[in-house]
Amino acid sequence: MIEFIIRRLLYMVPLLLVISMVCFVLLDLMPGTFLDQYYFDPQIDREQLEREAQRLGLDRPLIVRYFRWISGVIRGDFGYSFATRRPVWQFLFGPNLERLAWTVRVAALTILFTWLLSIPIGVYSATHQYKLSDHVFTFLAFVGMSIPNFFFGLVLLWLLVVPLNVGAHGLGVTGVVAAEYIGEPWSWGKFVSFLWHVWPAVLVIGTAGMAGLVRFMRGQLLDTLGEQYVLTARAKGLPERRVIWRHAVRNAINPLITSAGMGLLQTLFSGALISAIIFNLPTVSRAYWSALQAQDIPSVMAGLMFFTVLLLVGNLIADLVLAWVDPRIRYY
Amino acid sequence: MRLWRRKAHHQTSEVAISQSRLIWREFCRHPLGKLGLAVVGVMVLSAAFADFIAPYPYDQQHRGHVFAPPTRIRIFHEGKLMRPFVYATKRVIDPQTFRVRYVEDTSTPYPIRFFVRGPETYRLLGIFPTNLRLFGVGELGHDPRSRIQIFPFGTDSLGRCLFSRIMYGGRVSLAVGVVVVLIATPIALLIGGISGYYGGGIDTFIQRAIEVVLSFPRLPLMLAMASVMRAFELDPATQFLGIIAILSLLGWAGLARVVRGMFLSLREREFVQAARAVGASTLRIIVKHITPNIMTYLLVSATLTIPGAILAESSLSFLGLGIQEPAASWGMLIRDATSLANIEMHSWILIPGAFIFVTVLAFNFVGDALRDAFDPYRVV
Repeated sequence: MIEFIIRRLLYMVPLLLVISMVCFVLLDLMPGTFLDQYYFDPQIDREQLEREAQRLGLDRPLIVRYFRWISGVIRGDFGYSFATRRPVWQFLFGPNLERLAWTVRVAALTILFTWLLSIPIGVYSATHQYKLSDHVFTFLAFVGMSIPNFFFGLVLLWLLVVPLNVGAHGLGVTGVVAAEYIGEPWSWGKFVSFLWHVWPAVLVIGTAGMAGLVRFMRGQLLDTLGEQYVLTARAKGLPERRVIWRHAVRNAINPLITSAGMGLLQTLFSGALISAIIFNLPTVSRAYWSALQAQDIPSVMAGLMFFTVLLLVGNLIADLVLAWVDPRIRYY
Repeated sequence: MRLWRRKAHHQTSEVAISQSRLIWREFCRHPLGKLGLAVVGVMVLSAAFADFIAPYPYDQQHRGHVFAPPTRIRIFHEGKLMRPFVYATKRVIDPQTFRVRYVEDTSTPYPIRFFVRGPETYRLLGIFPTNLRLFGVGELGHDPRSRIQIFPFGTDSLGRCLFSRIMYGGRVSLAVGVVVVLIATPIALLIGGISGYYGGGIDTFIQRAIEVVLSFPRLPLMLAMASVMRAFELDPATQFLGIIAILSLLGWAGLARVVRGMFLSLREREFVQAARAVGASTLRIIVKHITPNIMTYLLVSATLTIPGAILAESSLSFLGLGIQEPAASWGMLIRDATSLANIEMHSWILIPGAFIFVTVLAFNFVGDALRDAFDPYRVV
């Protein structure tokens, strides 16, 4: 097992190298440089600009800049954000890793929400196949899959603001906590405030993934219910609940782990971007988006690398979890 | 899924029917699939005839009707039943809140007329020059400053008719979805086919390449690519092609991997060996013998990829990286709704999102019904 993990981690190195090269070249295509905005600034003369360009290495050919960048990366130095003049991680993750922490919190809530709801609904749908409730859930799953994130988010916002007018009851709909809790240590009140603020975002982010999971769970369980060991379990006289949850679901859930684990980390970090913009959440992807808009190349580069590593690690974790729940799978 | 499926009709008469008829019959067993097909058809038609259905050109601004709410279509004038009509609206500013409101002038009804002649000549379906429009009121479009206008879905921040813009925007949104699939599917078929059919070194190489492509974080990369393209300030047509290129570039890898797996198993089958034995060329085997066997899968995958591409384009446009003004796409139209104040006061600007949603849903239903109809192993 250890050997498998090491092999997979080593395999990531060339993959990351290729991906970093592609991203570097892509971002280099962007016309103009970060310094162009100062070009007509009367307070900064041309010489200063040239010196600055030299300092940032903007005047060197692409390949030299790439090697500069990658040798920094190997030493753990991703460079400085052009826009904030701070190390990129401070920009992407926020001071004291605040952004990262918020991202993880929102992501954790979303995972909890998605899995706690989608598995039971999927099981219910499968055990009540072709009944009205199954049709309703299936239809809702299709709706969840088809509704664009931003549209759902905006409609939810509209519902909260106009017909329900939650602001009048002192409830916020955007941001992560009420103003009086900002900078405060965690307390029950802050946690409740956090839940009140982020539930629309969690609902929006979670819905798309949930719809897919429900459909998948239903299909998998239907296949499993036709297996002979389920028949055996029933023939033994086991209660139906035990047959479903201990025998069928236990086996049906395995493929979900691979497919859900694959995209899970990446959807939570990058897919939540649009919701983060609409609901004004201070997440990492939000910082990535501002970096893109400011043409802050070092930050964008670091962000792309971060999301790539997340995706690869997510896949690895999914494989490991699968091996853990399914003893038939062995990695060598 | 077999949603709302009626009981199977057992065929008693021994009439031979063709494969396509069989599939069609299976497809028709899905009420939602049929509904989806109808919705897709309506959307495609409305996009094709956008300039006929839309009462105004997509970029016509009505300065006196900025953020005008949807025009109310009435049938009772002073208690009397009439053919559908609208009232003229007047823009007033609330003296206390300084908010703009539109009040109706209920003195004169202006009936909605059908097949009216507009001032602008356009080419219907790009061929026939005409100025006929489906509906309109009063001196329609002759004067954008006129108080008598019909805006079924209201207007946007520049006083442009949202309904007209949605009709035109559908062209872009639907075209992106379809064209991306038409590009990505053949690429996937070609690359996956070569990889699976030849195997060996080529296969390993292509598989590694696909792995690299799949290891990119999709959304961040898509945003980065679109940002780079946006920085070039291209004209709308080139921008449109650029979006298609980006989405196709990101879209082929997953399908190519599946196609490769299918080729891998099909190339060992007897009919391929037979074709090889009678001396068929490799190209012929791939095109004439193997591809028809995975055609149904490709068709289903294509139908289910279209909504994904539509969603991706609308997300890009929503973020301001896709189609640029004054051109319209459904995602771009909902950009106005990003501020809470706009949603609160002019909630009709959310309507374009409903079009995306309904279209994507319809495509998903069609794809799902197709998948069931094509599945030969399904127990009827």
